[in-house]
Amino acid sequence: MINLELSPGHQNITNMIHGMAKSMIRPLARKYDTQEHEPAVELENLAKMMDKMGGGMGDMMGGKKEEEEEGAPKIKNGGQMMGVIGAMEMCWACTGLTMAIPGMGLGNAAISSVATDEQKERFGKVFAAMAITEPGTGSDSANISTTAVLDGDEWVLNGEKIFVTDGGQCTHIVVWATLDKSLGKAAIKSFVVEKGAPGLEVVRLEKKMGIRASDTAAITFTDCRIPKDNILGDPAIAKTAEERKKAFGGVMQTFDNTRPGVGAMANGVAKAALDMTRKILEKEGVVLDYNKRRWNNTALQSEFYSMEADYEAARLLILKAAWLADNKIPNSKEASMCKAKSGRVGSYITLRCVEICGSLGYGEEYLLEKFARDSKILDIFEGTQQIQQLIVARHQLGLSSRELK
Amino acid sequence: MSEQAEVFDLTLTEEQRITRETVRKFAEAELLLISRDADEAAAAPEGFYKKTTELGLSLIPLPEECGGAGMPRSPIANMLTAEDLGKGDLSLALGAVTPLAFINTVLDNGTKAQQELFLTPLASEDFVAATIALMEPRATFDPSELQTTATKDGDSYVLNGVKTMVLLGDIAQQILVIAEEEGVAAGYVIAASAEGVSIENEAYMGLHSVNTSKVTLENVKVDATAKLGSEEQPFQLQRFVDLSRLGVCAMSLGVCEAMLEYVTEYVNERVAFGEPISHRQSVAFMVANISIELESMRLMVYRAASRAEQGLDFHREAYLAQVICAEKSMEIGNNGVQLLGGHGFIREHMVELWYRNLRAVGVLEGAASL
Repeated sequence: MINLELSPGHQNITNMIHGMAKSMIRPLARKYDTQEHEPAVELENLAKMMDKMGGGMGDMMGGKKEEEEEGAPKIKNGGQMMGVIGAMEMCWACTGLTMAIPGMGLGNAAISSVATDEQKERFGKVFAAMAITEPGTGSDSANISTTAVLDGDEWVLNGEKIFVTDGGQCTHIVVWATLDKSLGKAAIKSFVVEKGAPGLEVVRLEKKMGIRASDTAAITFTDCRIPKDNILGDPAIAKTAEERKKAFGGVMQTFDNTRPGVGAMANGVAKAALDMTRKILEKEGVVLDYNKRRWNNTALQSEFYSMEADYEAARLLILKAAWLADNKIPNSKEASMCKAKSGRVGSYITLRCVEICGSLGYGEEYLLEKFARDSKILDIFEGTQQIQQLIVARHQLGLSSRELK
Repeated sequence: MSEQAEVFDLTLTEEQRITRETVRKFAEAELLLISRDADEAAAAPEGFYKKTTELGLSLIPLPEECGGAGMPRSPIANMLTAEDLGKGDLSLALGAVTPLAFINTVLDNGTKAQQELFLTPLASEDFVAATIALMEPRATFDPSELQTTATKDGDSYVLNGVKTMVLLGDIAQQILVIAEEEGVAAGYVIAASAEGVSIENEAYMGLHSVNTSKVTLENVKVDATAKLGSEEQPFQLQRFVDLSRLGVCAMSLGVCEAMLEYVTEYVNERVAFGEPISHRQSVAFMVANISIELESMRLMVYRAASRAEQGLDFHREAYLAQVICAEKSMEIGNNGVQLLGGHGFIREHMVELWYRNLRAVGVLEGAASL
């Protein structure tokens, strides 16, 4: 039965997370934006609360696997739905701080989706960052140069990683490295490296335009040695084309799960900007009641409605992608669609709200200018706007990555 | 109706799935195939409307007292039908559902006696046209500020004003005129043949295949019993406008689906510089964005309709659905023609027809209130 409202249960959770984010995160948003890189000690309690609620932030970002249920398939709103609505509400309060909550790392998502039971035992409760990007490799993640060589009972890692979210404050890092660069995608594996491993060095924390509360690290690995069984997934290099596709596909599948999560983050910031703008406008006597035909409104009303429509549409695309995942229906195309739409309208809306509110929008008294700085990264990481369009286009046109580069 | 759903869900019911299959087949065989010829002829072919009665659009929802099957109204089911008919042809789809919009609006606002009086003539194996007149010919027209007036005169009302874009105005036997009596809007059902009513054909950039009329009302006298809406139960103008926006938006989904399928095939076949043009990002990304925005439009329309179905307030959702559908469907129409280059401008291809028709999505008000 077609219904695009949240289930009563998920609505309750939304309200609860919203209340928590509003009272515990939002008041800190400006402070930690200004005090870039200073660990937000207040968040530790929040992390504990969230853990008790039955899911770390890694789950919220989409890493959680549903338990199989017996009996006939029933339409489910499960972990993915929970993850995206959680990300929306948290990022409504502050994207930077949301990303800085211990246990939030993308590495956690990777661990929960591919780790063995033994590895889950060891790494299930850590705070894991994810290190993929290198100075010469961004969107083309199959092209990484960091190497991993097996030496007795240890892997030896060498290379440089950048843009490692939470790389400064995390306890572990999931590192992508190649066993043999000449073998391409098939030889790329991920490894869990504990902070303090010999040869691992956090060389700097980047100074950024936005999400300043979350640290972004550059990390080098120089003959960095880790235990042999810290490799995630199968250590063998796939031989046939089909096996290769499957192996790298498995890695990329994590993204199908995390893209709606990042889309949800962008959607949360957009909502924050719209809510704040509406408040400011209504205080100044602007009526937003959806009553006049679109072109009989003032330019301001008309633009506000357009932004709301785009915001709502992005939200529904995210919910659909999560719903598909919860019901085990392939969602690669929808995951990219929702990320593309949410990323671009997130930037558009937050920037427009600054402009609409004039000096109030541009000034640091309100958070509108911060939302506009924070939102931009959400149209970049976890697959840029252009990468998402590429994925959607290949699906729609039935083209391979060789045909549509 | 009014059954509250438990979870977020996009699955069709078995009944919706079966109906959908029927309507899609019908739209392909009976609308899409004749779409171009009907546009050129500026008329639906002889017998087209009679054929649409196969779908039971009028007979199924008509109350049993009026001679129909009395099936309860389902905004979701109506929206799916509108979407699928729209994929065949927007003009013909609008024409086909016009009597249904009349029926639904009378059911929403009329007393039992009024329902029997005005709806019984529509219970027929033949296509009986009845229509609604809301729009007025001025740029700043707004459904909330009508210039057509109803003035009480003893046991009658006297109507004055000019209505435009009245669908099937040429063959409708009854016209539901929306007019204001001292600033309060209500519906007045008049006979098209009533004294003081003059009906002229109009011509637009698109929507050629469905007749649109200008209806001029000069001191048209109707019995007070023809008024839908009273002081106790006012005419639900907002609901009527919201549902009509949803109906038109649902049809725009269908047109955009047709466009997406057409350009997908075209850019994969069209070769330039030694390979299909779909291999170029500038082309491929336009197609990707058509599919992203179409899905955006679709979910907005479905959400508003599902709220209507469940008896929840859906005014804001319908308003925003119209905002996004008007904007994005025209963008899709525009980019669809662009993707075909000069060929898109030639009437040999369908895309220019869809371009012209899609401009109506942001213009039409009060049509297809389902």
